[in-house]
Amino acid sequence: MSLSENDVRRIANLARLDVTESEVQDVLAQLQNIFSLIEQLQSVDTRGVEPMSHGQDVGLRLRDDRVTETDQRSLFQSIAPQVEAGLYLVPKVLE
Amino acid sequence: MINSTLSELARALAQKSISSVELAELFLGRARRFDAELNAFITIDSDATLAQARDADAKIARGEAQPLTGIPIALKDIFCAKGWLTTCGSKILHNFVAPYDAHVVEKLAAAGAVNLGKTNLDEFAMGSSTENSFFGPTRNPWDVAAVPGGSSGGSAAAVAARIAPAALGTDTGGSVRQPAALCGVSGLKPTYGLVSRYGMVAYASSLDQCGPLAKSAHDLALLMNVLAGFDARDSTSLERPVEDYTRNLDRSISGLCIGLPKEYFAEGLASDVGRSVENALTELKKLGCTTVEVTLPNTGLSVPAYYVLAPAEASSNLARYDGSRYGHRAAEYSDLREMYMKSRAEGFGAEVKRRILVGTYVLSHGYYDAYYLQAQKIRRLIAQDFAEAFKTCDLILGPTSPTVAFDLGAKTADPVQMYLDDIYTISVNLAGLPGMSIPCGFGDKQRPVGLQIIGNYFDEARMLNLAHQFQTSTDWHLRMPKLAEDDRTQAA
Repeated sequence: MSLSENDVRRIANLARLDVTESEVQDVLAQLQNIFSLIEQLQSVDTRGVEPMSHGQDVGLRLRDDRVTETDQRSLFQSIAPQVEAGLYLVPKVLE
Repeated sequence: MINSTLSELARALAQKSISSVELAELFLGRARRFDAELNAFITIDSDATLAQARDADAKIARGEAQPLTGIPIALKDIFCAKGWLTTCGSKILHNFVAPYDAHVVEKLAAAGAVNLGKTNLDEFAMGSSTENSFFGPTRNPWDVAAVPGGSSGGSAAAVAARIAPAALGTDTGGSVRQPAALCGVSGLKPTYGLVSRYGMVAYASSLDQCGPLAKSAHDLALLMNVLAGFDARDSTSLERPVEDYTRNLDRSISGLCIGLPKEYFAEGLASDVGRSVENALTELKKLGCTTVEVTLPNTGLSVPAYYVLAPAEASSNLARYDGSRYGHRAAEYSDLREMYMKSRAEGFGAEVKRRILVGTYVLSHGYYDAYYLQAQKIRRLIAQDFAEAFKTCDLILGPTSPTVAFDLGAKTADPVQMYLDDIYTISVNLAGLPGMSIPCGFGDKQRPVGLQIIGNYFDEARMLNLAHQFQTSTDWHLRMPKLAEDDRTQAA
């Protein structure tokens, strides 16, 4: 496979990671290097093999539907970049 | 005192020949003394450490001491500890003071252990050399020109330099075992699910596991007795009966069958490492073990499969660092999207960015089946290799790392070359098996060599048994780097 500079721009956007135009080529070369390693997987015949998503094949536990957390808002917000009236402040998303 | 085992320290505390506060002061002094040379710690907080030590002394005075009470233990800076800076070696968390304790931090505190400080690591545990830290690289106490391995390099260096009697690390692809090997200490990665991941900052959740580093297998067993156990707050924590990991230490290992994977003794294994491992096997045969060749045919696929799965999980886990609720936020931005893009670009280092981008790509529309699903299928094949091998042997042994510690900067230019060095450790995480590394000699430039012990699921007690018996008849684990013998302590 061959990654392109446009792929880098596309995935950087999906990852919300600013990659400047001057960095694109460099990042592309690094990713191509990693994908040259990963490409080996394509040649393996895995027909009929069940994907393994976890170290242990166990199902997720269920718990009783009751309140287990206490309100720690002010503690959590004490380390936030910007808060007001108990809310996290970020730039406006709706006009 | 600095070379004492955990049991010896506990005995000294019980006999009142030293107090927990004195122990804490001794090791804090060493942490400061060696910090300029090793950079093993990101945060030292004497006041917090000594406060815990005073509590431990009170507990001992009341006759309520447990095996770890009053003993200082260093934490990889990826474990949340309430009130402590918890950075993960990243600029994006450079100002993150954890508002809660990780499960294992709670367990250690309940056992009376004392938090000695937060150790350096590769950013978000991504790396094999502890060079990828925003806070600068850690150096190997055996030779400061060399890396300590990674990602738990600060923890391994601290134990090796006798700055910490023991430390916690995390192991996603070898991050406890490889630095343990490169620093000449003992380290254990438990079976996936045995130790709760709650409060342990996530890298690749289906692979991450907390593990202890210490000077001996006996010490690791004592630590496992505290660390292991069910925790409802980790959805992959396993509900199992409590075990005493020291129970089999003194058993004879005569008749134990050791599997030697031919792929681990093939091309790529440095001859100095191979020699030390062979010598260790000779010793184990003297103790009555038998050996059998086994095969793990998909070993070569473990590194590429890992570099699909781990980055995929990382890209998802690290999406939370966006400058909104905690951590670094860019100074200037025009809208929300730009705040995310810039905060993350400024906050993450180069290796973390690479893995986020790889992970985003393999999960993106049209590529999921070809990469992510294919890697998960290969993960199954790798797990099946081990299952097959364990039909003919009790434990699998081999080298932990193909070479001894390399020099700082030697592999930073080509990340893939560094990835390939984890060839013997990564498949263990993919399978979810327990693995450990113990010192078994010295290679080129007198740098330590690690022997890897891989067990079947939940077979930690048997692995510790073999390791302890090996350490009873050899003294590699007692060797101390020259640097550590410097006993000057200074007030900072």
